Amino acid sequence: MMKIGKVIVFLMLGIALFSGCVGDEEKPGLTIAGSTTVQPIVTRAAEVYAQSNPDMRMGVQGGGSGTGIRMVGEGSIDIGASSRELSEDELLKNPDLLVHPIAIDCITIVVHPSNSIEDLSIQNIRDIFAGKITNFREVGGPDRKIVLVIREDGSGTRSTFEEMVMKDTEISNAALQKPASGAIRFTVSGNENTIGYLGIGYLDETVKAISVNEVSPSEENVREGHYLLSRNLYLITKGEPMGEAKKFIDFILSEDGQKIVRAEGFIGVRKNA
Amino acid sequence: MHKTIDLENIIKNILLLFSITAILILSLIVIFLFNEGLPTFQHVGVLDFLMGDKWIPAENLYGAFPFIISTLLVTLGALLIAVPLGISCAIFLAEIAPGWARELVRPAIELLAGIPSIIYGVFALVVIVDLIKISFNLATGETIIAGSIILAVMILPIVISISQDSIDAVPRTYREGSYAMGATDWQTISRVVVPAARRGIIAGVILGCGRAIGETMAVVLVIGNVEKLPLSLLDSGEALTSAILLEMGEAVIGSLHYNALFCLGIIPFIIVLFLSIISSRLVSKRVSRFG
Repeated sequence: MMKIGKVIVFLMLGIALFSGCVGDEEKPGLTIAGSTTVQPIVTRAAEVYAQSNPDMRMGVQGGGSGTGIRMVGEGSIDIGASSRELSEDELLKNPDLLVHPIAIDCITIVVHPSNSIEDLSIQNIRDIFAGKITNFREVGGPDRKIVLVIREDGSGTRSTFEEMVMKDTEISNAALQKPASGAIRFTVSGNENTIGYLGIGYLDETVKAISVNEVSPSEENVREGHYLLSRNLYLITKGEPMGEAKKFIDFILSEDGQKIVRAEGFIGVRKNA
Repeated sequence: MHKTIDLENIIKNILLLFSITAILILSLIVIFLFNEGLPTFQHVGVLDFLMGDKWIPAENLYGAFPFIISTLLVTLGALLIAVPLGISCAIFLAEIAPGWARELVRPAIELLAGIPSIIYGVFALVVIVDLIKISFNLATGETIIAGSIILAVMILPIVISISQDSIDAVPRTYREGSYAMGATDWQTISRVVVPAARRGIIAGVILGCGRAIGETMAVVLVIGNVEKLPLSLLDSGEALTSAILLEMGEAVIGSLHYNALFCLGIIPFIIVLFLSIISSRLVSKRVSRFG
């Protein structure tokens, strides 16, 4: 009995001892949260940044653009990440939020490589995804029934697609929903009846990206604003960034940082990067 | 001597504590599930939720009917394939197979149960989906039947092992009695052994059914996830579990959408709960009968 009592006391002491090590508040910290589209850039940048600044503790989380904007407004994180501009409501709540564009995301419309379609107007794309056009023949393509492939409800890419293409029209409920962009690419590359959308970073030779309103999704066209389906990605601070937050944003905008942006499949905001 | 008795008691209490932990965790999960799910009904009527055919979170429309039908169809399809196959296999293993075949097949079937469901899903996505697209000349092979086929493979081990165990448990004297009456092998199997083991066989089927309803990964990959009411096994659909998996990551915590997704989880929970109760009753009755 004595022995077991001793063991328990010893265990409790041990737990008390080690629990002190978890909350190491000595190092300066930087917390970032928000858009899952921006997250891979920030995560990678944080890793590289930490190599040259071993004393920094970086915490990167997802949560979605809305969450990121709300949390940076509340002051519970240092930097928010967003794949959209601030809404009027958000600006009204926190007029001192500042946006810093760090990369350009671009949505491409993809079909199977064997599909002869080269170009679609925004109106055609909208009608196809709304289910009004159900055969590629109606838009000058082969005689094939169209199968739509989209992201699930709530996905950032899907909401961008809805804002940029669909406007107030609803996407047809006959569309196949995929949990990830890689899954859309896999499905489109394997079925000649499909049409879907992908962030430009997910493009590869297994699918064919078509031009929109006769502008192809090339990097130059996107950067110069000719290609319609693109958006800026932002980091958001409350007021002018200071201290560690400023250093980190400067790092992402530096040549090394923009290399990371490109490696993650986005287009840099600096042309020479 | 006194010391040993104390130790016994302590160990007993520790074990009791651990087993209570399991129940505690279960009840916490159940409480959490209902606590997060039920607030949905403050905004959405129960009937609208169960019978509505439009699921558009952005417009606060939460009709789970297409998901419920998809889940039922995909499960039904899986049972149609797995039940005849599984019971035949169990009969073969228990009554007909020579010893070496039994030694070979039974472990192989048990191994089937150990393959992670994501592997089944990827296999189905790469092989079965294309096969269905080509064989039925469809625009896409991502259909309910694709889900049914892969689920059937996944629940076969459950159906086979429980059925085989219950056929094995039929007393030798039943068979001897049947042969003594001049019955053939097939007559003995079909009129005496299988009817005597039917409780266990049904329990196996019900457990398999519960597994099929709750399965997520393999199904989400192959049934297309289309929020439209499926009308046949060759349509695409979206199972209850798929909807939760697809949308939970993006739903804002505490929002109506979030609550509605938990509500979707309550539906398979209640179905599986009932199935488990029925099957455990059947199994315990069988045990008491054959001792």
